[in-house]
Amino acid sequence: MRKTLIATTALMGLTAVPALSETIGISIPAATHGWAGALNFHAERTVARLSEANPDMEFVLTTTSDPGQQVSDLEDMVATRGIDALVVLPFESEPLTGPIQRIADSGVWVTVVDRGLSQEGIENLYVAGDNDSFGRTAGQYFADTLDEGAKVVVMRGIASTVDNERVAGFEAALEGSGIEVLAMDHGNWNRDTAFGLMQDWLSRFPEIDAVWAADDDMAVGALAAIDQAGRTDEMFVVGGAGMKEMVDRIRNEDPTVPVNVTYPPSMISTAIEMTVLGLTSGAPMSGEFIIASELITPENADNFYFEDSPY
Amino acid sequence: MSMATTAPTRRPRVNLAMIAPVVALVVLVLIGMALNPNFLSYANITNVLARSAFIGIIAIGMTFVITAGGLDLSVGSMAAFVAGLMILVMNLLTDSMGGGLPVILLGVALALFAGLAAGFVNGILITRAGIEAFILTLGTMGIYRSLVTWLADGGTLSLGYEMRELYRPVYYGGILGISWPIIVFAVLAILGEITMRHTAFGRHCAAIGSNERVARYSSVAVLRVRLMTYVLLGTLVGIAVVMYVPRLGSASATTGLLWELEAIAAVIIGGTLLKGGFGRVWGTVVGVLILSLIGNLLNLTDFVSPYLNGAIQGVVIILAVVLQRNTGAAR
Repeated sequence: MRKTLIATTALMGLTAVPALSETIGISIPAATHGWAGALNFHAERTVARLSEANPDMEFVLTTTSDPGQQVSDLEDMVATRGIDALVVLPFESEPLTGPIQRIADSGVWVTVVDRGLSQEGIENLYVAGDNDSFGRTAGQYFADTLDEGAKVVVMRGIASTVDNERVAGFEAALEGSGIEVLAMDHGNWNRDTAFGLMQDWLSRFPEIDAVWAADDDMAVGALAAIDQAGRTDEMFVVGGAGMKEMVDRIRNEDPTVPVNVTYPPSMISTAIEMTVLGLTSGAPMSGEFIIASELITPENADNFYFEDSPY
Repeated sequence: MSMATTAPTRRPRVNLAMIAPVVALVVLVLIGMALNPNFLSYANITNVLARSAFIGIIAIGMTFVITAGGLDLSVGSMAAFVAGLMILVMNLLTDSMGGGLPVILLGVALALFAGLAAGFVNGILITRAGIEAFILTLGTMGIYRSLVTWLADGGTLSLGYEMRELYRPVYYGGILGISWPIIVFAVLAILGEITMRHTAFGRHCAAIGSNERVARYSSVAVLRVRLMTYVLLGTLVGIAVVMYVPRLGSASATTGLLWELEAIAAVIIGGTLLKGGFGRVWGTVVGVLILSLIGNLLNLTDFVSPYLNGAIQGVVIILAVVLQRNTGAAR
């Protein structure tokens, strides 16, 4: 996968001519964790598909590991490649707002993905996941399946707006259901932290009916700890974001992992496709496109399983 | 060598400083007993000790590096990289050899060798190319972290299911109810303490750390001993990985994050001097246990907001060191 990317970018470099063809710049964070890895995977896949379908269209894909580098990448794209449209997942909202605004002012179509800018009205198209719905969908499943008085524990991610919105959605869905949240703590979207946290909760609470791990990496850690304690039959674990191992367990009807909630990294494909469609067909594409979090169940799990994806 | 002459005058005064970390540990245990009845349960004690093993095994090696006046910031990334490499190769071997015990043995051998080699690279560049340990290992830290991200293609490397089940007992199994990571950690700690106290290598580390020039004039092979401390640390990272991989059977870009700082903190809490010249392995073991216990206690109670976990850890680390330095300042 990596090799083909290098090959295509090198090829683009060679054939870069300021002809009538449209050039689309794509700037996303580097693959430093599972979700971002999948983001890269889907971006590359979409670019490959669209390049084939639109031979006169150029794509410039860059990945960055910090906001400063992303600003430089964007400047390079405008200066040396003369992009007509930009699809960007800002590394951080604040530092990228100014540079993206300047690009938008110069007449380039701007699509912002997932992380919003700190000023409104800059981008032409905004494509994002719905963190509130991510938490709410999981909470709704808990409220529907668990009895009144059931005891659950909640693993949060890294303390951030994303995490706060998810937890708020989850709590709102539980309201009035009589389900008791025994403990809530940060597992930092990390397998090892989640493993230790779950071990300690298992020592502390004699009865746990369900775990909301809020992310599949944490779910993996939690499941290992539950397995070690020999309490697999007592509780179920709901993760999130649709890691392929989890989706696999769901479609095999594993009672410990009954469902999952999506926060699709493939939203980058949605953004790129919509941008290209806007450029080529003239169909109206401006506005906001919020992708709801769906519940993955054994019935629909096959639609969410990507064999080649790293996540 | 210089130790031998100062030891008689130091011993009576050092006593207070010596027990400071133990006092901190006992206080934490008492707090734990008061807060939660499950604290002293077999399961919880086993969990905490087994969890400490990775950082603990690495921190034993770090004690030697720091005692000899060095530092290694790359161990966390190195652990992640070695774990990633081990999983990748074991999966490839499973495809060609069909799995089984030989694959695990090869994987273990590879992890130990990769750790040793990585430690050797750090050591040889520090001693022969004369690059400061801080900068060099900061560099290799970034290199190993990127390499594991690259190996995993940004995602997670997972051991094949069959191999995971076969390898699993190395973390979860044990003898007489004591799990393997705890046994390995204990054995290595005892060997480390003996090496530090009763061998020429241990004394040479302290001599180099306290005064490199004097050590050289006393015909200590400074460069070789220093190189050996990094090789030893790398090998111990390999051993830690051998115990770590069977736990979750995976490695990713977030594996071993900040392990280097936890290991260094444990070493210093244990009474080893950050500027080198004096080190004790048993103190490091106590330091590791203190760090794990804080995390464990915070998870067992709702005493403080989870947002403040880091602050509590920071306070305990500083207190443990203050206790020691105040009593040790008389030296």
